[in-house]
Amino acid sequence: MAILIDENTKVVVQGLTGKEGRFHALRNRDYGTHVVAGTRPGKGGEEVAGIPIFDTVAQAVEATGANTSMIFVPPPFAADAILEAAAAGVGLIVCITEGVPAQDEAKVYNYVKQTAPNTMLIGPNCPGLISPGKSNVGIMPDSITAPGNVGVVSRSGTLTYQAVHELTTHGLGQTTCIGIGGDPVPGTTFIEVLALFEADPETEGIVMIGEIGGDAEERAAEFIKEHVTKPVVAYIAGVTAPKGKKMGHAGAIISGSKGTAAAKQKALTAAGVTVLDDPTMIGDAMKELLGS
Amino acid sequence: MDLLEYQGKSLFARIGVPVPEGRAAATAEEAREAARELGGTVVVKAQVQVGGRGKAGGIKLAETPDEAYERAAEILGMDIKGHTVHRVWIEQASKIKAEYYASFTLDRSAKKHMGIISAKGGMDIERVAETEPEAVIKVHIDPVMGLTNWLATEMVYRAKLDPEAARGAVALLKKLYQAFVEFDCDLVEVNPMILTEDGQVMALDAKVTLDENGFFRHNDFPEFAKEHFVPPVERMAKDRGLNFIKLDGDVGIIGNGAGLVMSTLDVVSLVGGKAANFLDVGGGAGADTITDALEVLMQDPSVKTVLINIFGGITRCDLVAQGVLEAFQSLDLPWPIVVRLDGTNAAEGREILAKVQSDKLIPAATMREAAEHAVRLAGGEVV
Repeated sequence: MAILIDENTKVVVQGLTGKEGRFHALRNRDYGTHVVAGTRPGKGGEEVAGIPIFDTVAQAVEATGANTSMIFVPPPFAADAILEAAAAGVGLIVCITEGVPAQDEAKVYNYVKQTAPNTMLIGPNCPGLISPGKSNVGIMPDSITAPGNVGVVSRSGTLTYQAVHELTTHGLGQTTCIGIGGDPVPGTTFIEVLALFEADPETEGIVMIGEIGGDAEERAAEFIKEHVTKPVVAYIAGVTAPKGKKMGHAGAIISGSKGTAAAKQKALTAAGVTVLDDPTMIGDAMKELLGS
Repeated sequence: MDLLEYQGKSLFARIGVPVPEGRAAATAEEAREAARELGGTVVVKAQVQVGGRGKAGGIKLAETPDEAYERAAEILGMDIKGHTVHRVWIEQASKIKAEYYASFTLDRSAKKHMGIISAKGGMDIERVAETEPEAVIKVHIDPVMGLTNWLATEMVYRAKLDPEAARGAVALLKKLYQAFVEFDCDLVEVNPMILTEDGQVMALDAKVTLDENGFFRHNDFPEFAKEHFVPPVERMAKDRGLNFIKLDGDVGIIGNGAGLVMSTLDVVSLVGGKAANFLDVGGGAGADTITDALEVLMQDPSVKTVLINIFGGITRCDLVAQGVLEAFQSLDLPWPIVVRLDGTNAAEGREILAKVQSDKLIPAATMREAAEHAVRLAGGEVV
C-alpha cells in the first residue's frame, strides 16, 4: 500500500496548457500516473498530448472521474484554483505553484476546511508526492525513488530528494514521499501525514525532514510521542543559519523560544525520534532502526 | 520587505488609519521647510530599518523651523546599528495622554490571523509579555470572516484601555486590520498607539512588513525598496534573481533550494568549516545562473573556496556543469571550486565537468565529501 496516491489515482491538471504544467504532467504520465484531464477556461474540447481539456474542474470530474488535482497555474490565480477544485469535490489537491501570497493561503485554507472538510490540500509551494511504482503527482525526480517500506515527509524540496536518494542508495525503498512545502500556511502539516503513515500497514519506518521557523516540528514531536509506534528518523535543516527575517515583536511573542533548530531537535529527541545532524546519514540510520 | 516608518505611515494614511501629519526630508533645509509647513512643535525622526533609534539619539523634538534644521543636520548621516540615516520624518508633536500597543500578524501554528493589543504600549512588548502576560491580549481572527466589529470591541475592552479611548481604538483596529489584509502584510504593528489629550486615538509609529508574493496586486510597492539600505553584493545578487545572504565564514556556498543550501551550511560547519554565505539559485537554474552566482561570490574577498551543491529536480545537472565549464573559460576565478552533482542528468553533468582542464575544479561524490574538500581548501581542518 501507499498513502494518498496509488494506481487508482486519477489526476486533473489545472494549468496543463502552460509550459511547466505540460512538462511535468507528461512526465508524470510517462511514469504511469493516470493523468485523465486538464483544465483551462475557453480551451474546453481541445487536447494536450492526447489529454482532454475542460473549461472547468467540475466538468473534468464529471467526465473523467478525476479524484486528484495538480495545480500549476500562476500565483495570482492559484488560490482560486484551489477553491475550484475543492468545490468540484476533488479529494486531494496538490498545489505546486510557488509565490502565492500568505493572505490568500490563510483565507483559502480556512475556507476549504469549513466547506469541504474531507478535502486534503498539499502545498502551495511544494514538490508534490510520489508513491514509487504506482503514481507520481508533482515534480519529484522519480529516478531517485524505489518501491519499498519507508515513508518520507518533508518541508523542503531539494532536501527531500537528498533524503530519498540516501534511502534508495542504501537499498531502502519508499511507500510514499511527500513534500508538504515550506510556506506560511501549508495545507497539510507533518501531523496529518504521520497519522497516515502510522495507519499504513506497509510503511515500516518514517523519515521526517524539517526546517527552522514555525513550530510544526515541535507539534509533530508531541504527536509522535502519543500516536506513532513506528521508528522515525528526523533531520532539521538550518542549525547554523542566521536568524531569518525578523517578523517584528508580534511574531516573537507567538513563537517564543520555539522555531530554532535546537528546540526542534530537542523536542523530537524527547519524543523518541532518532535525530540526525548530517542528512547524508539518513540511509544508515533508517537501516539500523529497521534491522535490515 | 520591512518598510521605513514613514512608508508604513503613508500606507496607513491611504486606508484611513489616523497618523500625525508629517513630511519626509532628505536634507536639513527640507526639514526646516517641512517644520514651517506643519507649524508648531515637531518631532524629527531618523528613518532606518532597525529598532532602538530613540535610544541612539535618532528622535528629537524641535520647537521652531530653525531648530528642526539643526536637529535634522545632527540626525542625517548618523549611524544607527550599522544603518546610515538618509532620511528623516518630520511630524507634528502629539500631546500624549496614554500609550498602547496594537498589531496584526499571521499565527502560523493556528493558521489564523492574530490580533494583539495591550494597554502597556510604548515599551518593549516582548518584555511586557514575559513579566505581565495578562496585560497582553491575543485573539485569533478567522481570515474568511475578517475582524468583525464585536471582536475589535472585545479586544479593546479586554485590554482595559482608557474608556475615552474605546471608540477611537476600535475604529483604528478595524482600519489597521484592513491595511494588514488589503496591502498583503505579514505584520502591521503600532507601538505606541496613542490617546491624545484631545481624545483622539492615533498610530504614532508604524512597523509594516510586506509580503513580496503579494506585489502583483500592488504595482507601486517595489518602489519602497529604493529607500532601503542594501549592501552592494546583496544588491547585485538580488538584481540577478539570486537569493543571497552574507555570512561570516570563508567557504562560499551555491546550491539549489533553500532547504538543501541550509543543510549544506550545516554540513560544512559539522566537518569543521564556516560558510561565507547562503546562495540559493532556486529551481530550474541554467548555465547563466551558475556563472551569475560565481560572479557574485567573486565580489566577496572573504571567500577562499566555493562549494557547489546541486540536487537536480527541475534543475538539470548538465546545465549546471555547463555553467561551471563556461565560468572556467570566461572568468578569472580566484579560488578552487568543489562540485557535487546528483539527481536529474547528473551523469551528463559529471561528463561535462571532466572536460575542464584545471586543478582548481574538484568533483565530489557526496555532500559530506564535498564539504570536507571545501573546508580543507579554505585552509581549515576537517574534524
